[in-house]
Amino acid sequence: MLNFIHPELLRLAAFLGGTLAFVGFNAAYIVWVERKAAGRFQRRPGPTEVGPAGLLQPVADGLKLLSKQILLPPGVDAVLFRMSPVMILVPTILCFVVLPFGDGIAPRNLNLGLLAIFAFGAFNVMALMLAGWSSRNKYAIISSARVVSQNVAYEIPMLLVVTTMLMVTGTMNLDEIVRAQDGGFWNWNILRLSQNPLMPVTFLVFYVCMLAETNRAPFDMAEAESELVAGSLTEYSGMGFGNFFMAEYANIVIGCSLATVLFFGGWQCPFGAFPGVWWFLAKMYALCFSVIWVRWTFPRTQFYALLNLSWKILIPLSLATLVLSSVAIKLFHSFKGVPPA
Amino acid sequence: MNVTPVSVLRGFLSLVVGLRITLREFFKPTVTLLYPHQSLPMAKRFRGHVELTRDPQTGIPACVACKLCERACPSACIRVEGAKAEGASRRAPTLFSLDFTLCSLCGACVEACKSQALRYSRDYNLAGFDKAEFHYDLLKRGEAKKA
Repeated sequence: MLNFIHPELLRLAAFLGGTLAFVGFNAAYIVWVERKAAGRFQRRPGPTEVGPAGLLQPVADGLKLLSKQILLPPGVDAVLFRMSPVMILVPTILCFVVLPFGDGIAPRNLNLGLLAIFAFGAFNVMALMLAGWSSRNKYAIISSARVVSQNVAYEIPMLLVVTTMLMVTGTMNLDEIVRAQDGGFWNWNILRLSQNPLMPVTFLVFYVCMLAETNRAPFDMAEAESELVAGSLTEYSGMGFGNFFMAEYANIVIGCSLATVLFFGGWQCPFGAFPGVWWFLAKMYALCFSVIWVRWTFPRTQFYALLNLSWKILIPLSLATLVLSSVAIKLFHSFKGVPPA
Repeated sequence: MNVTPVSVLRGFLSLVVGLRITLREFFKPTVTLLYPHQSLPMAKRFRGHVELTRDPQTGIPACVACKLCERACPSACIRVEGAKAEGASRRAPTLFSLDFTLCSLCGACVEACKSQALRYSRDYNLAGFDKAEFHYDLLKRGEAKKA
């Protein structure tokens, strides 16, 4: 019956439907987990009223956001103001195109998957900046300035770390990166000490940069609520605000997925049996939980301390891991990436 | 900020300590009382509005309607009427009203009472839409609570 529809169109529809559902579900229920976990860390029960254990709370919140009017304050740049909630969510969803959830379960198996994620991920900053800029609000503008300087500062160690990983894995294809970590956790990239003795440190640098890039506490300068109301999102109401939130949580999912793929062997099982999509999800959600855990443990850093951390510690560290792993690979391993011309 | 490898390592270890503390708290039971669903029993010496003490078996108030409390009340918020019923050994109150909007919980009535017929209640979930809701008929109020 569906013969006359091009299979690529079906594939596209399946991707769009699946990804939107995945992003929406994750945004809703990571918020729930965050609120529950925040409660538990402070020995409160968290949301309990809507549904059993507050499980319907995200639905109630979503309905509330959907039913609210999107206000356009006087004097805002109407086009940019309306565009930025879209601009923040669309590239985020595009990042899911290349994520390998399981063996062969990836919407697109691009050879430049890693690059694609970072290319689309960089839009996040621009959308936040435009949101703040177009809001005609002093807090929003301060916030966008912070977002830009923070992301510029953390993009550098992040990309240096990813370059290190690129040399270790020799490919930008996320599927192949996972395949190379086959058979037991000792083959995961985080334990490949022969190619880079500082591998766990490399992971930590990646993790810290991921927190900073997604504007999560303790690096949530961009929406430091005690200083800047809600930062770039101050003037947004209803689903305009909701979109930024969905994008934030989708970015966490992407960051954790990327960490899983690069360091923890993606869908590979820790003891070499039953590989499957559940391992990927388990590792990814464990990392997401750690992101929440970090948020509810550490106070927000000062802005200068944030930049100092990047320029004085993370960049030298990531450069060190880059040099170390290139030396190690040159000495002990043949570079398996691009074949000599 | 003076960054040395030692200071970086020390800082990192302090972060791990922090994470350990919060994780430990995570697995402890919660301490929040879900207030509208649960409420704490009040302390023994909590001073709520006054109520009549009653015989635990019969439920008859120990009050003899002597009006000492009415006279002791500086805010004039207590009104007592009493009568000696046919064949009864003592007077009993026919009306015991407390205007809680005037009461300052000074406790003069409790101290004035010679027959230990008044005590502080432990009610604190008191909110209403109308002042009239706080004109208590203590004779009925005690019965309603028993039921």
